[in-house]
Amino acid sequence: MPDLQALFESAREGDRRSLARLLSQLEEGGETAAQLSALLFPYTGNAHVIGITGPPGSGKSTLLNALTRAYRERGETVGIIAVDPSSPFTGGALLGDRIRMQDVAGDPGVFIRSMATRGSLGGLARAAREIIRALDAVGFQRIMVETVGAGQVEVDIAQAADTVIVIQAPGLGDEIQAIKAGILEIADILVVNKADREGAAATLHILQSMLSLSQPAVIRHHGQAMTIQGVKSSREGWTPPILQTVALSGRGVSELMEAIERHRAYLEESGEGEARRRRRIAEELAALARERLWARVVHQVGRARLDGLVDQLLRREIDLHTAVERLLE
Amino acid sequence: MSRKIRVLIAKPGLDGHDRGAKVIARALRDAGFEVIYTGLRQTPEMIAEAALQEDVDVVGLSILSGAHMTLLPRVVEELRKRRLDDVLVIAGGIIPEEDVPALKAAGIWEVFGPGTSTEAIVRFICDHFGIGPEDLKTVGESIAL
Repeated sequence: MPDLQALFESAREGDRRSLARLLSQLEEGGETAAQLSALLFPYTGNAHVIGITGPPGSGKSTLLNALTRAYRERGETVGIIAVDPSSPFTGGALLGDRIRMQDVAGDPGVFIRSMATRGSLGGLARAAREIIRALDAVGFQRIMVETVGAGQVEVDIAQAADTVIVIQAPGLGDEIQAIKAGILEIADILVVNKADREGAAATLHILQSMLSLSQPAVIRHHGQAMTIQGVKSSREGWTPPILQTVALSGRGVSELMEAIERHRAYLEESGEGEARRRRRIAEELAALARERLWARVVHQVGRARLDGLVDQLLRREIDLHTAVERLLE
Repeated sequence: MSRKIRVLIAKPGLDGHDRGAKVIARALRDAGFEVIYTGLRQTPEMIAEAALQEDVDVVGLSILSGAHMTLLPRVVEELRKRRLDDVLVIAGGIIPEEDVPALKAAGIWEVFGPGTSTEAIVRFICDHFGIGPEDLKTVGESIAL
């Protein structure tokens, strides 16, 4: 325990090696991670967390690099978490996001950490949140979390953010995929990157029409104005802006930063920020409690009895709900 | 060792041939390592800084430019400057046999020449950490069943 205290203090004083080791411990999970998490928790809640997600090749890392440079010019410190999938077969992972972050990688005001999803979904979301909190606790002012936007994992991680940016690019042909995966709903800001490429206008148009599905529309019907209620937006008072950027040249980056600031201000003024923080921490509490309760059940019931129940389930002798009742007896 | 082994694969120097580095990165991923690939034209400072931030256990350097005698020891030096003395540093590429003893003396643990099987590299890393190749393939945390 005193070792962990020393590790945390050294990380807070700016020792990057201590911070790197601390992040590894948190990622490992278990008792040490729980103790560390408890140590740093009182120091969290200051950073603005930005989630960046979008399909492979849309330019997430490049845009993140451009944003980081701009924040550094304003003197803000930036922590970056880049998440890539682990192979479900070997547990190995190839993490390549640093390639596009070369010009900020050596900056002492920037800390970049690559993270693999490591199998379990809930586990990753938890580890990522612990790492966000650690970067927050040691004083990084902006924290950016980059994930490949393809499904539920990314949605979970993105929801750990205060402001979620969803990136699309022309020519990837996956606007419909994004809608299927529920990616657009989580966007606070939409970005069409590579806006200098052919097809950018079409991508922009598709996003605009998709977004307008969630807004009430007024049409003329037999000469009378009729309001068609759209799909109810989960965020009252905020319409996600759609911006165009060329991350490589930096075009549109300052507009994106302004949109981020507007969203940050909206979060505070509308009370949505407080509501999100509340929802987020309550969800985390529930997830952690579920996990601990399950561990306790396993411990009390014993592995043999658990295996026995699984055997009975497989033979269709009992059903799942009955099995749960027996576990909780 | 329950911890996932993290490996940084980097190319110091100015040659643009990254095929070997990519093959190794892919092979190590398939073996179950977490591989951080940083791409071409890395300075020793950049490599050491990435190794530090990513808290890696292994740094693998691929070099075909002929500048290995100056660049590889400098990577080790930069790692030591950051107190990363326990990181396993290995190298691959076009490195003449007669240069190998000097590189080893400078802190490069092993040099793998052209034609080395990727299995041999995996085995070398596993032996160093006292684990078997099967130990690498733990997929996430089990759900207690």
